Amino acid sequence: MGKVFAFHGGIHPPENKKQSTREPIGQLPLPKRLYVPLQQHIGMAASPIVEVGQTVLKGQLIAEPVGRISAALHAPTSGRVLSIGPHPVPHASGLDSDCICIESDGEDRWVEHQGIEDYAAMERDDLIEHIRQCGIAGMGGAGFPTDVKLHLGDDHIVNTLIINAAECEPYITADDMLMRERADQIIGGIRILHHLIKPSHVIIGIEDNKAHAIHTLEKALKGCELNIDIQVVPTKYPSGGERQLIKLLTDIEVPSGKIPADIGIVCQNVGTMSAVYRAVHFGEPLISRVVTVTGDAVARPQNFEALIGTPFADLLDAANLYEDRLYRLVMGGPMMGVTVEHDQIPVIKTTNCIIAASREEMPPAAPEQPCIRCGMCEQVCPAELLPQQLYWFAKGREFDKAKHHNLFDCIECGACAYVCPSSIPLVQYYRFAKSEIRTEEAEQRKADHARQRFEARQARLEREKAEKEARRKARAEEAAKAQKARKAPEASASGSPELDLNALKTAAAVARTKLKKAQKALDAARESGEGDLSALEAALASAQTSADKAQADLDKAQSGSAAPAGNDGPDIKQLKTAAAVARTKLKKARDALKNAETKGLDGLDKLRATVQELETRADEADKAYQQASGANTQDSAGSEASEAAPVDLKALKQQVSIMRTKLKKSEAALADLEGEERAQAEQALETLRQRHAEADRAFKAAEQAQLDKAAAQGVDLKKLKVDAAMARAAVTKLERSLDKTEEAEARASLESELAAARRKAEELNETLKQHETA
Amino acid sequence: MSLIRMSSPHVYKANSTANVMRLVTLAMLPGVLAMTVFFGWGTLIQIVWASLLALGFEAAMLKLRKRPLGFYLGDFSAVVTAALIAVSLPPLAPWWLTGVGVFVAIVIAKHLYGGLGQNPFNPAMVAYALLLISFPVEMTRWNAPFVLIDGASVASFMDTLGAIFGSVEPAFYDQFTGATPLDELRHRGGLTTEEVWRQSAVLAEGIGAWHAVSAAWLMGGIFLLYRKVITWHAPIAMLATLALLSSMFFGYDPDNYADPLFHMTTGATMLAAFFIITDPVSSATSNRGRLVFGAGIGLLVFIIRTWGNYPDGFAFAVLLMNLAAPFIDLYTQPRSYGHTRANKGRGGNA
Ligand code: SF4
Ligand code: SF4
Repeated sequence: MGKVFAFHGGIHPPENKKQSTREPIGQLPLPKRLYVPLQQHIGMAASPIVEVGQTVLKGQLIAEPVGRISAALHAPTSGRVLSIGPHPVPHASGLDSDCICIESDGEDRWVEHQGIEDYAAMERDDLIEHIRQCGIAGMGGAGFPTDVKLHLGDDHIVNTLIINAAECEPYITADDMLMRERADQIIGGIRILHHLIKPSHVIIGIEDNKAHAIHTLEKALKGCELNIDIQVVPTKYPSGGERQLIKLLTDIEVPSGKIPADIGIVCQNVGTMSAVYRAVHFGEPLISRVVTVTGDAVARPQNFEALIGTPFADLLDAANLYEDRLYRLVMGGPMMGVTVEHDQIPVIKTTNCIIAASREEMPPAAPEQPCIRCGMCEQVCPAELLPQQLYWFAKGREFDKAKHHNLFDCIECGACAYVCPSSIPLVQYYRFAKSEIRTEEAEQRKADHARQRFEARQARLEREKAEKEARRKARAEEAAKAQKARKAPEASASGSPELDLNALKTAAAVARTKLKKAQKALDAARESGEGDLSALEAALASAQTSADKAQADLDKAQSGSAAPAGNDGPDIKQLKTAAAVARTKLKKARDALKNAETKGLDGLDKLRATVQELETRADEADKAYQQASGANTQDSAGSEASEAAPVDLKALKQQVSIMRTKLKKSEAALADLEGEERAQAEQALETLRQRHAEADRAFKAAEQAQLDKAAAQGVDLKKLKVDAAMARAAVTKLERSLDKTEEAEARASLESELAAARRKAEELNETLKQHETA
Repeated sequence: MSLIRMSSPHVYKANSTANVMRLVTLAMLPGVLAMTVFFGWGTLIQIVWASLLALGFEAAMLKLRKRPLGFYLGDFSAVVTAALIAVSLPPLAPWWLTGVGVFVAIVIAKHLYGGLGQNPFNPAMVAYALLLISFPVEMTRWNAPFVLIDGASVASFMDTLGAIFGSVEPAFYDQFTGATPLDELRHRGGLTTEEVWRQSAVLAEGIGAWHAVSAAWLMGGIFLLYRKVITWHAPIAMLATLALLSSMFFGYDPDNYADPLFHMTTGATMLAAFFIITDPVSSATSNRGRLVFGAGIGLLVFIIRTWGNYPDGFAFAVLLMNLAAPFIDLYTQPRSYGHTRANKGRGGNA
């Protein structure tokens, strides 16, 4: 047996348990009418699938679960559906709620049902579904559907299954009696749960005032191969509170706002275990439970096996109620139970106890006196709160402060109110504050929602405006290009301008710059060994993603726009640039990797992965480019032959020049590579050289063709001269800025610009020469 | 059938504020008895007189504030306050001195601040401090323990009553009153502690009476702890601090500083530890807060006793720490279940 730990606070109210344990669990005569509430727990109400007037059999499904947190309902006995509508239910609000009313036919005929022979052979999900279909819900506290807790195992590793047998509230003995009489069923249920969630350890937590139950459990456990411990904890209220029991048994606190499953613990009540057992072995849905009927106003306090839906009156009759003595009727225990005003209220899945109290037993609370700040409440609070501070805050409507003092960790156990010498109904104050805060928060959420909607609308309007603007610009550009195309038909071969391409390109460039900056910052930080490396790395990673995304968008757009224009080979330029950029990136990454390797910095793996990815991307870009350029070369060749097809001389020329640059770069890069990489690079270089030669040839041929054509046209000599001079100036300027620029991407774009400028200058020069000679 | 609707919990511990106050009064019995034995009827007379006054003032204030009389008078808190004032005053203090004290405590320190539970300062200590500042002569005229008085021995009940209610010659006082050990040590001139001890009858012989009275208060305190009316935090922190400081100084310079036992057993140390600083209303609320609160009082008392101008510093120390209590609360909020840290220092206090 392991160690028992302690939780803070707690109280020892009079137990009053002996009265109801003298008799074994009794059977009730079949009630005439049963009222089955559609909602017996948080979550969604079940939805009825029977109609008024329909006859039903015992155990027949009468309402289906709706949504995840919802439990199926079954007819507790055979009979006829009398009505489906509002009826008083046991709830703190005292409000009516929808119930299915069944008039019993007195035969108690079962629907056909069947247990599962070998549940271990069953699919896990099917078994859980079976439990859900049997409407099994937590029978200790909130009535939470059990299947939901079982599914928790899917994304939580459960290492401890805690079976709550503490039953710490005074008066209640339902679990106690169940353990005494049906320990085997409980152990059977634990086996099923063990099979489902595979905990490494099962602990049954039980208070030391249940010697008999402990004994029968121990007997039932004899020879059990599972790792099940019975852990006896000292009697102290509220040791049966889920969080308190967990602390008692494991010394672990469930973090505020979390559920036990988050720390690998699942809690189940003993009653639920027996229900699971019966559902699996006999196919019996949850239609009855053990209820303690006790209090000074009944002559024979006892536990009964009661059908769900049995009106309290039937139970009270069975225990011989003294009507004249009855002052207060409580469902649940005296500490946390709710009063009911009506004896037609039905038993639900969580009804563990009915206390028919006389006035002497539960007198009306004494009038509230001022708090004398005696601190007794604090000494007993199991949540380690400052109840009196919470009280002041609740009373003064200082809800922020109440929240700050962890109001929401209050489990409403009532220990503080129990000891308060000034008879302050502390729990009521907390309930009030909680509900006020919830309302406030709901309103806040609504307001936030409205604001978000407004902002979203605003953003959409702006986006639309921007898009309109972009379209307008694009149209203008298109028009300008078209005009230019009319002037120089050969230049228009690049086909229809891509609308979004420009925007995308800009985005990609921006992203790249950002990436660059992040990389630089990271490098600097690494060199100096200062700064927050991880933050920088994160920044780099995010920059990388956005750059990649931008690039990917761009690529997509380009390939999209390239497809129709592919025959004319207009996208070669972009492909080429892309390929060049990819290579540059690759090289940069390689450098970084090498640097990192030599310096033994961390994050090598990441860098390596990046390099690899960049390699593939560069290869892809190259391949795309090759294909395109191959097609283009053929095209150019074809056009040369036919002289009818327009040739993209400009593109060709640029291609050639870029290739040249690339060649040079590759050669330079080759110098600082070694080994296998070098061999690879050399091969790549060879290919590049070949391609360059090809491109060059193609270009020359095309140029020749064009020159011939131009010769046939009349030309303004003066204008030509000016243009040529300007073009030359532009070339010089570009050359200069190229010298100053170091960043690969910027260089690449500058280079392409420069190439274009050179070409233009050359062209103009050529034309000029021709005309001059002519 | 229609039954009452009530929110949980449905049972309560038989426990009421009146009960708490009654227990406190009960716990004061040994101390009161010891004082009567060693200092005469004065203490008892003062307690009765102060209680009557307190109930009268309380009733008048409740009436003025239109509160149900019986309900609030029944909580006994006024009597406890009155008794605390009565045992703090010199047993032969004149009737009007007690009257002023009770008036200040009940009317000003308690009701003007909003009544029970709302007063930031300990009412008895407010009264005591005010009296000490305003009537230093009367407040320090403490009658000597009977062992020190020659011949005449015990003053009779009627004599004492007469002394308190003002029909007795000043000579009476001269016969019975003397300095307290704390006074004695304070006004020792250039003598070392040891010399004072040797010379002063008050110290040498009268100290026994003070020891007995302190032991009686301690008994009452243990009773309160046992009945869980108070927690150990504030008293133990206070006593430990005082003991620690006095040991340190005594160890360093026994000629100039009193020994720890002296500090523990003279003046109001034990009374304050278990009956005054444990006043829940005006102290810090959490257990850790009470530790700080008690330690603070211990420190202040030592400082006032050793270097201050007043013979015993409890009233001032308690009032100062009352002032600090909200801040202490703010910074000693306990860590709640399921939280890794306490939410210290944020939010605020009521
Ligand atoms: S137990 Fe009651 S009187 Fe005492 S501090 Fe708490 S709320 Fe105030
Ligand atoms: S009801 Fe809340 S504040 Fe009171 S003892 Fe229980 S958990 Fe603490």
